[in-house]
Amino acid sequence: MTYETIIGLEVHCQLLTASKIFCGCRTRFGDPPNTNVCPICLGMPGSLPVLNRTAVDYAIRAALTLDCDIRPRSIFARKNYFYPDLPKGYQISMYDQPLAVGGHLDIEAGGARRRIGITRIHMEEDAGDLRSPEEAHAYYSALRNLLVDIGVTDGNMEEGSLRCDANVSLRPKGQAAFGTKAELKNLNSFRFVQKALEYEIRRQTQLLDAGQRVAQETRLYDSEEDKTYTMRSKEEAHDYRYFPEPDLLPLLVEKEWIEEVRKSLPAKLLSQRREEYITAYGLLAQVATTLTSSQPMADYFEATATAAGDHKAAANWISGEVLARMKEGGFDIVVLKSKLPPERLGGLIARVKDGTVSGSTGKEVLETILRTGQDPDEVIRSSGLAQVSDEGALEEAIEKVVAASPGQLAQYKAGKTTLLGYFVGQVLKATGGKANPALVNRLLKERLDR
Amino acid sequence: MAISTKDVRHIAGLANLEFGEAEIERFTRQLSAILDYVAQLERLKTDAIEPTSHVNAAAHALRDDALRPPATHEQALANAPETDRGYFKVPKVIG
Ligand SMILES: [Zn+2]
Repeated sequence: MTYETIIGLEVHCQLLTASKIFCGCRTRFGDPPNTNVCPICLGMPGSLPVLNRTAVDYAIRAALTLDCDIRPRSIFARKNYFYPDLPKGYQISMYDQPLAVGGHLDIEAGGARRRIGITRIHMEEDAGDLRSPEEAHAYYSALRNLLVDIGVTDGNMEEGSLRCDANVSLRPKGQAAFGTKAELKNLNSFRFVQKALEYEIRRQTQLLDAGQRVAQETRLYDSEEDKTYTMRSKEEAHDYRYFPEPDLLPLLVEKEWIEEVRKSLPAKLLSQRREEYITAYGLLAQVATTLTSSQPMADYFEATATAAGDHKAAANWISGEVLARMKEGGFDIVVLKSKLPPERLGGLIARVKDGTVSGSTGKEVLETILRTGQDPDEVIRSSGLAQVSDEGALEEAIEKVVAASPGQLAQYKAGKTTLLGYFVGQVLKATGGKANPALVNRLLKERLDR
Repeated sequence: MAISTKDVRHIAGLANLEFGEAEIERFTRQLSAILDYVAQLERLKTDAIEPTSHVNAAAHALRDDALRPPATHEQALANAPETDRGYFKVPKVIG
């Protein structure tokens, strides 16, 4: 039987605040256990949580960027359950009155564009329906990039800054009612999300084909075995007994607050800038992706392109040579900007464009600039790297080469015109590789055909 | 009786508590008495009253994203029934 797949993702994102959401303890990753804890986060009787304003700022940022409606009044709720990392025995969450509802995120998967609905945002994240593991992967990575772009998370998955649970159900094609869904936990990488879903769809298809039922349960993904298996939790673990958190007042978000946060968002999202680079400057999708890996990177590219007067050339230089140097030297965009200001790189690209130096010499100049911090024109002048475009000097070199190759000249005259390449090579060699190849070509042809 | 012994067992299970038969009987009686008492409120006409989640007037109570010194590691674990290499040790929850 053919089935339709419905996938929902619940994405958890750690916000980039210095302190925790309800107390002044540090959020740093990697510290020894139970050192960044206080009576509040340990749930000691008599302690009271107080909401971190910056956490709300960031949640509003995410809500605005994902086109959600921000609710003027939201309420924290207690979710009661036992879990080894939860000393209080309950989690402060949001339940029936979350911070924001009804947004969307556009993704590309399998060559098609899809708008994925977002059901709600609270201080965590929760997403709408997806139709394939590939879409789920694309959605998760697009969401991560967006949240990193607007500065609310570092998106570091090894440190658990981003985690994802998924639920998946199948229904026979044409059937309106949803099938029973299984919940998958422990999906901490983009690849695992896709692989776990693929496995789960195969498993459910086999069950349904055999006339069996899919159990509603929580399953864990084992990446080593590439399998999901039932997570045996204590019976009735899903009875969370939510109730309004008595220790926290309702959160009120006025229009002024939202507008203030809106001003802190980047003028253009990286996804928008990427789109623009492809359509307006004709860049390859892959190059555009590289140049929009961060806001500072995209700024650097645009400043370079302006200085060079050529977007395509600037894109090729940065995504090729410059990125290779960055990897080699192990420096990031901030260091790059100080070592090689965009105006300087743009100046060099312009010199290659106008033929002052060849492309390969340009790479040498780039090395020198990175090493010495000199201006490109200075490097070209002081090291004599400029191409010889002086016709008199080139003609002189050509005469010498022709005089030294009487045999080749005779063959050329007899019709073996492919020997032009030989002569060009000799002239370039004689001028130490600095001759302008296009000019050498023209002058040689004139001389040989005379 | 507002609730049954089955309800009480269910709630006790959720709270990780174990009781003997006599205790279950007693708590069922006591909890039912409390609920019956509160149920008197149902005689009031509340059609025109907005549902209330908090009794305080809503007002902002927010803090700046600033660090405060945490408890010491020893203080944090002082009341733990069991510890292991700086962690709290708890009964197995996930099988
Ligand atoms: Zn704390």
